[in-house]
Formats: sequence, structure tokens, C-alpha cells
Amino acid sequence: MSIREELKKRILVIDGAMGTMVQRHKLTEEDYRGKRFANWHTDVKGNNDLLCITQPEIITGIHLQYLEAGADIIETNTFSSTSIAMADYDMQELAYELNVAAVKCVREAINQYKSKHPNTTEKYIAGSIGPLNKTLSLSPDVNNPGYRAVTFDEVVVAYTEQIKGLDEAGVDVLLVETIFDTLNAKAAIFAIKEYYRKIGKAELPIMISGTITDASGRTLSGQTLEAFYTSVEHAKPLSVGLNCALGAQEMRSHIEELSQIASCYTSAYPNAGLPNAMGQYDEAPHQTGHFIEEWAKNKFVNIVGGCCGTTPDHIKQMADNVRNLTPRSLPILDTTI
Amino acid sequence: MIHIKPYLRLAGLEPLVIRPETNFVNVGERTNVTGSKKFARLIKENKYEEALSVARQQVESGAQIIDVNMDDALLEGVKAMTTFLNLLQSEPDIARIPVMIDSSKFEIIEAGLKCVQGKCIVNSISMKEGEEKFIEQAHICKAYGAAVIVMAFDEVGQADTKDRKVEICERAYKILVEKVGFDPQDIIFDPNIFAVATGIEEHNNYAVDFIEATRIIKQKMPLAKVSGGVSNVSFSFRGNEAVREAIHAVFLYHAVNAGMDMGIVNAGQLAVYDEIDPVLRNLCEDVILNKNNDNNQATEALIQYADNLKASGENAGQSSEEANKIKLAWRNDTVEKRLAHSLINGITDFIEEDTEEARLQYSAPLEVIEGPLMAGMNQVGDLFGAGKMFLPQVVKSARVMKKSVAVLTPYIEAEKERIKLASASPNGETKGPAKILLATVKGDVHDIGKNIVGVVLGCNGYEIIDIGVMVPADKILAEAEKHQVDIIGLSGLITPSLDEMVHIAKEMKRRGMNIPLMIGGATTSRMHTAVKIAPEYDNGVIHVLDASRSVTVAGSLLNKDQKKAFLAELDTTYNQLKSDFDNKKTVKQSLPYKEALQNKVNIDWSNFKVTAPSFTGNKAIAIDDLSVLVPYIDWKPFFIAWELHGNFPAILTDEKVGEVASKLYQDATTLLNKIIQEKWLTAKGAIGFWPAVAKEDDVILKNNGKEVSLHFLRQQSKKAAGQPNFSLADFICPATENKEDYLGAFAVTIHGIEEHIKAFEANHDDYNKIILQALADRLAEAFAEYLHAQTRTNYWGYAKDEQLDNDALIKEQYVGIRPAPGYPACPDHTEKYTLFELLNGQEHTGISLTESLAMYPASSVCGWYFANPQSQYFGLGKIQQDQVEDYSKRKNQSLEYITRWLQPVIE
Repeated sequence: MSIREELKKRILVIDGAMGTMVQRHKLTEEDYRGKRFANWHTDVKGNNDLLCITQPEIITGIHLQYLEAGADIIETNTFSSTSIAMADYDMQELAYELNVAAVKCVREAINQYKSKHPNTTEKYIAGSIGPLNKTLSLSPDVNNPGYRAVTFDEVVVAYTEQIKGLDEAGVDVLLVETIFDTLNAKAAIFAIKEYYRKIGKAELPIMISGTITDASGRTLSGQTLEAFYTSVEHAKPLSVGLNCALGAQEMRSHIEELSQIASCYTSAYPNAGLPNAMGQYDEAPHQTGHFIEEWAKNKFVNIVGGCCGTTPDHIKQMADNVRNLTPRSLPILDTTI
Repeated sequence: MIHIKPYLRLAGLEPLVIRPETNFVNVGERTNVTGSKKFARLIKENKYEEALSVARQQVESGAQIIDVNMDDALLEGVKAMTTFLNLLQSEPDIARIPVMIDSSKFEIIEAGLKCVQGKCIVNSISMKEGEEKFIEQAHICKAYGAAVIVMAFDEVGQADTKDRKVEICERAYKILVEKVGFDPQDIIFDPNIFAVATGIEEHNNYAVDFIEATRIIKQKMPLAKVSGGVSNVSFSFRGNEAVREAIHAVFLYHAVNAGMDMGIVNAGQLAVYDEIDPVLRNLCEDVILNKNNDNNQATEALIQYADNLKASGENAGQSSEEANKIKLAWRNDTVEKRLAHSLINGITDFIEEDTEEARLQYSAPLEVIEGPLMAGMNQVGDLFGAGKMFLPQVVKSARVMKKSVAVLTPYIEAEKERIKLASASPNGETKGPAKILLATVKGDVHDIGKNIVGVVLGCNGYEIIDIGVMVPADKILAEAEKHQVDIIGLSGLITPSLDEMVHIAKEMKRRGMNIPLMIGGATTSRMHTAVKIAPEYDNGVIHVLDASRSVTVAGSLLNKDQKKAFLAELDTTYNQLKSDFDNKKTVKQSLPYKEALQNKVNIDWSNFKVTAPSFTGNKAIAIDDLSVLVPYIDWKPFFIAWELHGNFPAILTDEKVGEVASKLYQDATTLLNKIIQEKWLTAKGAIGFWPAVAKEDDVILKNNGKEVSLHFLRQQSKKAAGQPNFSLADFICPATENKEDYLGAFAVTIHGIEEHIKAFEANHDDYNKIILQALADRLAEAFAEYLHAQTRTNYWGYAKDEQLDNDALIKEQYVGIRPAPGYPACPDHTEKYTLFELLNGQEHTGISLTESLAMYPASSVCGWYFANPQSQYFGLGKIQQDQVEDYSKRKNQSLEYITRWLQPVIE
């Protein structure tokens, strides 16, 4: 069944944090390099996306844990798999290959899961398209506010390459996520629209997930939630939502607002609370699960999951709590004013 | 079910939704190199920073969208557009509104689209180079998520007649919706505004063609919008700004009526149709509507008028001080209009000289008040009523009014004396404005709300007699009779005031009064008024929710025609409420007190580890530098006091009240800084901790070797399985556990407000007076929050490692609670006596308790500290007679006394 059909019937659960789970493996520089990059000329420790090539069984294992916890949608480990973000490791040439490898890891995990649970519901692969480490609306130079470290066209080229990799390797959905600069997201949307228009193929469903950075209720690039939604609505997305930066408690009012204004499905995958003094997230699974359940009961959300600090335990709690709840139904789109 | 309407939705940093009720949308035109010489020069000289100020001026003048155009043969258009828009994005006060990217070159448009995160408008695309190119460009605009302006232009040329305009727009609409998949609401037509009154007869009907085409387009394609470049229409009057503005205003008046949604205008220079000199306006009407215009007669007449205007030197011209002149142009109006302008805009700068001028013009000083000032305040009242002004602005208007009246008062007094002397027997009293007496009832000291009501009613033409706070019933009624007032308004914030209001209603009946009684204040409610107060007095008791409602209520009560019907309707409503209430009583089931006592909060005391506080007994805490309290301020109630409802800081950017809220916040922080720096106020407090054990619903403290009992009350409603019947005593370890637990208490207050209140009053500045009162309340609450944090981490130290930001504090995400006697968890106000005794509170803090147990100064907070991690706030709900009797025994007070104090919670 298509994801669109499934969303009519129930709340879907997206997976939790990848970074938090990778950290548990306490990988060394050598682990990251694997055989293939043993002699690479820069350090690569911390390049989590690279693990799809060098440690595919670890990534597959993490995906599998989330599937076992009850996730319906698994994100590819491709948050930074663009030529622009990979330039930090001088690995821009690998962008396409990373995306293909990452989709394989998810596919492998789903296959393993299905062989164990033959009667499972459908599982979906979401191609994660991250925000980039360079922004189009903000100048990195305080003395020169008109300066930009990257151009719109460069961003479109980089995203197009990523989209091509994800699409050709067979994802079910494209997920533009952790948007703190709407213009970067607009470049990703532009790239998606033009990619499919040029190859003459039907577009994959698009999920969009923005990030409200703090109590101001705005994105990092300064937009209010409604302004953000208005600026990405032209993607005609499958869903729009929020993730990262805030815990569920802080995110509640925003997701409530979004559920009122969005004409598509809504998603939310908050962090496990706010980081403590040590930078760690310590909201317990049942706490996060409780918040998410309350949102679901109030019909704020169609897709729920976790971002930084969440674990398979958090996802399991959420999945258990929302399993039998009715999802938010789509608003009625009036055709007259 | 949520419905989403197909509105045109745009965005800068903030959204702009164009709804049917949205008035004409101004698109700022000055950031256009083809239209503004200044802007063109700045761009050519590479002075982009300075060019931004042009954009800012447009926003400040009310532009809701900003049009940016870099089409100049000498400019590199792509580069100029990119540079300017990138810079503009870093200016939040400009970038908050959407951008209209304006160029005849599509490459420049696309360059612009690559710089803006919000949803833009492209201005424009058209079919002049054929359908194929039009479709391709539309696709690209759609991929960037922009709305488009489609110019009425096709392969043949630009449409000038009504029929051609409509035909091209319909064709373009069909292509965009059916072939490109454009949302109809994202399509905006520009059916071409051309210059009229050029002397060429064929041009005379251009404005009519635009207006009529607009009407048809909006009928046929109701979701699409219509826009246009307004200044084109007056092109032939270049250099004569006054005439151009008038032509624009007249043109827009008709075009907007026909359905025009938005237009590119000089946002700072729009004349108001009603305010144009009627001679000029009629001439413009003829030219725009092509009336009386055979042989260019109308055109000639307008040109003639324009020439005369120029000759007489009245024309403002084009000097660099243009903007300034426009700003102060209202100073050239009549004194009446100037007074109204100052009142409506809250400007005090000129009010004294204008008042003096008016006084000399009118035959008596009182006439200035009854004439122009009241007329101005009526306008303020109307705007407020219509939701076009907000409370902080109204209070500023009142400040202007008071300053003006202060100028006149000595003359009025002198006039009275003169009349007295002139006629031996004073004239029969002439009926002045209706009088309303306001008072905060006995035992209560809170008066922010009452002051606001006074100001608002004052603005609406009533004479306000405010007799202050803590006023006994006798005095209220005696004053009312003495002044022959038309309405009495009572205010109160604490629960005992409710009973006092009932008492006053009884007294009014006893005295045989016949004027209506208005009830207001935080603890009052429609229900309480209907059930308890209204039955005691027959000539009208009305609960008033907030200051804005007070105006309509007073209006209905004082209108002879309306009063009877109004009171009759109210009577029906209140009777209904009362019978609902009486019927509902039995619905909620309750437990006998003995059973409720068995259903305590379940706490595992055997494994409970008590944290001992750093000291026992009490201690005074004074704060010298109030800046430490600022981070603890919860601003939300501050805005609520001003009837601005919403979360802070979101309210500062609220679509409707954001501007007003921001101004208020700015004024409040300015005053707050002054308070802190000049040490206007001092914060005094006391805290204390005592060894404690619980015995049922009492808590026994050890204080200097003596036992002191605190008395708490327990919920008595029947609970769901597993839900306890809460009592605060449950959070203290029972005596049977043989463990020593602790309980704490605090009281804080803010001193020193009175002399500053007096200074503001002397300066007729209600606005700052109310801000100061509200700030003092916020500071007292912040002090309580601060002290609680200190207690948790330090004085008591049971949560040494907690780290919470202010938001978390406001949401009470900490361990332990600080309930106040008189509030939902422990509604008995009389426990404050024990609290203050334990704390040595009167001495340490200077707080005194009124007979109703309100604390004076009004900005005070007190409460108990409970540290148990399971302690939580709850509402007691209604209690039964068996508990009341038990409580009176425990407190060793007569049943009558206890019943009086617990009245609001007794079933």
C-alpha cells in the first residue's frame, strides 16, 4: 500500500536518532576509514554518512533496531551526503555513491525484518536530505551581511546529485529535514521539481520538516512558523512538520499551530528534551512517549518519531502509545473565498 | 473539521494573508530605480546600505509588500538585484514583509528569486513573446514557489480597452491553471494602468477601462487578484505632488470598490479620499471617471486648478525636507483637527499650545472640552470599539486628554467664580456628562483593573469619580449619593471581596437606591454575580468582563430607550445561570470527610530521605539591586493586564496586536530600567523553615520550642479509582513515621511605588502610572520566583543541581510548590495570620494585612514551601459541612467565623 493510503488509516512512526546510536559503538578513526579509506588524506571520524560504505552492517543494525521498535518509516543515513557537506572531508566526489549505499543499508534491514516478521505492515524508506553546512539566507561574515558562502545554483546542483542517488536506489519518499534556512529548503524543492520535470517521471512524495530553533518561535533564518509553511507550501508536500532543536514540551504549541494551518499531513519528531549541562539528552522514553500520545489524541499529527537523543526505546514507547489512535484527518480545502 | 480557504498567502519573515476583509494592500514603490531618482542614484553609486533606508522608510510608512526594480540601462541588473536583496534579508524590520521582484527581464527576476526565502510575487510575466515562453517562465516561478503578476499583454500588444484586458487575462488564467498547474489564488493580474488627462482624447477613458475590466475579471475569476502601478495614472501631473496624490486617492477609491486588491504606491504619500479638498476631489472624479469631459473640459479644469495651486506656492514641492513636511503636515490643519490628531495618535508635544489656541477661539473654556476634545475622544472610543485601536493606545489618548484639560481647568474655575459673582442665585444645575463612581472594595488593595476601566470610560465621555482602594460600603454609597452618580462600579481581586460586593448590593437595596451596579475584577465572574450578587439588588447588577466591555455596558445602562430591555434581558440570562447552577449542584458526588481522609496521596515515607534546610526559624531577605529579578519576570500577565492576550514573546509579533504590544513592551522596559537604575523601588522579603510533621490535615511545626499548627483542607469530591483526595498536609511526613520533615514559608513585597504614582498622576500620565503598577506586581512575582529558586538550590537546598530557564520556571517545572493561603489549594485566607507570625513578616517585610487579609503594599506575594517531589498544585473544589465543622474545631474558631471565610468553597 502506498504511504499516502496508509496515512489515511493510521499514525505512522518514523525512526529516531542515528548519531546517538552510532555513538554507542564508540567507533575509532580506523573504524570510520575501513579498508577502502585507510590512507585517506584527512581525518574522517565523525563522518557518520561514510559508515554506509565502510561499516554497512552497523548502520543496517541500527535501522533494524528501529524497525523492531515499531518504526514504519526508516530514514536513510544521508543527512550530509551532498558534495557541499562532504567537502569538509574532501569527499565531495562520493556524494552519489553514499546515497546509493545508504538506501541499500535500509533495504537490507527491511529485508531482514520482513523475513523475521512475514506478516508485517509495509515499511517505507525516506531519503534524508539535510540542511547543508552553508546557508543561503545568512552571511557567515558579520561585517558583510550581503555576502553568501554558497549560491542558490550551487546548492541546487548538490541537491540534484543527492536526489538522483536516492531516487535511483529506490527510496519511497524524499524527506527535506531540519530546515533552519528556508531558502536552502526552497533550493531542495526546486531541485526535486526540476529533476522530475526533466526526466519526465512522476515525483516521489515529499516530506518537509522545519526547525524552530528557540523560544522566539522562529527558524534560524528568522521566519515565523506560518511564514515558513507559506514559503514551502508550493512543494505540495505529503507532509510538513517540525524536528530537532526542541523537546516535545517546547515543540507542542508550534505543532499545534501547524496542525491548524497545514493543508497536508503533519509530522513531528522532537529531540529527547533539551540537552542538559553536559550536552546530553535525558528525557526518558515514557516521557517523550507521553507527550507524543497527547499530540496524537489532540489530532495534531500524522507522523511521529524522534530526533537527537531518542533511541529505539523512545520509538517503541511512541509506537505503542499511538498504535490505536485515530490520525489527524486532512483539512477540507475550500474552493471559494 | 478544519477548513482552509484559497487565500493568496505570501511571506517575508512573517506571513501576509490576503483575505476578503483585507483592505487594499500597499506595495511600496520607492525601491525602484525607474521610479525613484534617489534610489537609482544610491544604487548607481554603490551605496547599498543607504539604499536600504529607502526600503525601511517604505515599510515604516505602511507598505505591506516591497517592490524592488533594478531595470536601468546603466546597471548590471542581475548583480544589483542579487546584492540588494541579499542585504535586505539581513534587515529583519524590512525582511518581515514579502518582496515583489519587479523586472521586464526574466533573468533578473530569477536572480531575485534565488535570494529570498519567503514567498514572493514576480512582477511580471506575460504572453507578449508567445505562449510557449509564458508557460516556461510560469513553470520556473512555480518551482520557486512565487505568486505571479500577469500583465495584460499578448503577441499583439498591451491591452488598453476593457474588452482586450479581460480577454487576455482570461486566456492567461486558463493556461496557468490548466497547463502549468498554478493555484488560481497565486495569480495576480495587472490590467495596465495608463495615464489620463494627457490632452489626447483617446486616453481619457483609460482609468474607466481599468476599473471596469477589474470588475469583470474579479467576477469571472474570483480567486485571482488585481494589481496595478497606481502612479502611472497621474503621469501628466509630474512635479505637482498634491494633485497627483488626490488623483491617486480618487482612482483607488473607485478601483478598489471594483475589486482591485493591491497596488504599487508611494506608501508614505497616500491621501485619504474623505480629506481631499472637495473642489479638487470633484475635478479628479471627473478626470478619472471621464465625466463632463467633452473636448477635454475636465482635463482642462484640473490642469487649471493645478497651475493655480502651484502659483499660490502651496505645493509642497520636491525639497529634501519633503518627508519631514509631510510628517508634520497635520500641523497646518484647523485647531480642532490638530487636537483630534493628537488625541488619536497619543501625541503630547503640541497639546498645550493647541489647547491654548482653542481656548482663545472659543467663547468659554468648557466649550473646548465639550466641543473638540470630546469629539476627538469620541473618535478614539469609536476606533477602540471597532478594534482599530488597542488599549495601550487608548490610555495614551487619555493622557493627552488629561494634559489638555489641565490647561483649561484654571480658566474653568475662574469662569465658575465669575458666574457665581455675577448672578446672586446660582443657575439651576445643567446636566453634565454621566457620572460613574469607581471603587475597590473594603479589604482589597488592587486597583490596576479599576484604573484601566476609569481611563477607558473617561475616554468615552463619562465623568469618573474614583474613590480609591479599601473603601468601606458606607463610604462608597455615601459618595455615590453625594455626587449623584449614575452608575457604581466595584472592583476586587481577592476572594473575600466577593462577599463584600454581596454586602454592598444588600446595602444598596436597604438604602433604596436605584442606580445600577457594575461588578468587575479578577475573582469576579458572571456566575458569581448571577448567583450571589444580583439576587440581592433589584435595580441592575451587571458583571463586566473587561475594560472594553465597560463602555457598551455603561452605554446601554444610561440610554433611556435601551436600559429597560437591557436589564430585562440580563435578568433572564442571570436567572438562567442561577437555575443552571442550582441544578448542577447535586451532579458532583462527594465523599464524607472521614472517607476522604482515608484517600490520601500515596507517598512512600519509609524510603523518603528528608533534606534539612540550611537554617530553621526566619530570616529577612532584602534585595537592593532589582536587576537580579528581571530574568524571573513573567511578562504574560503584564500584557493581560492591558487586555492583550497571548504568549510572550509571541505577542510582540502578533498579526493583530503585535505592534501595540511591542510599543507597550518598549515603554515598560524603559520604565523598568529607570526603576532599577534610579532605585525607585525596594524589594523586601522573609523566608523561614521549621521542623514539621503531619497529623491528618494539620501540620505541626516546631517554632522556638513551641508547637504551631497549620490547618489545611482536603478535597471532598468523589475521585476516580487510584486518584487521591488531595490535601497539602499529605506532602508532609506523618507523625506516625517518626521522621522529622520540614515546611517553609515566604513573603515578599515591593515598596516605594506611591510617590511615583503621585508624580505620574500630577502629570496626568495614567499610561505610565498603570505600567508602573503592573511592573511592581511583576517584580513581586519575580521576587517570589527568585526566592523559591534560591530556596530550592541554596536555603533549603533540596534541589541543588537544578538548571532551569525562565520559561521552565513559568511552567513550574521544578520540584516542590509554593501555594499561597487564599488560593485554590488552601483557600483559607486567615492562615496568613499564622504565616506572618512565623515569619515575623510584618517586621521583616513591612507588609500589613487588611481586614480581608489582602496584603498591603498591593504588590506582595506570600506562601508555603513544600519540598516533597510528589507535592503538586491542585484546586480544593467544594467542601461539605462535615469538614467545615471539623475545621472549625481544629482551628478553635466559631462555626460562623469559619463559614464566613470559607464561603466560596462551601458546597
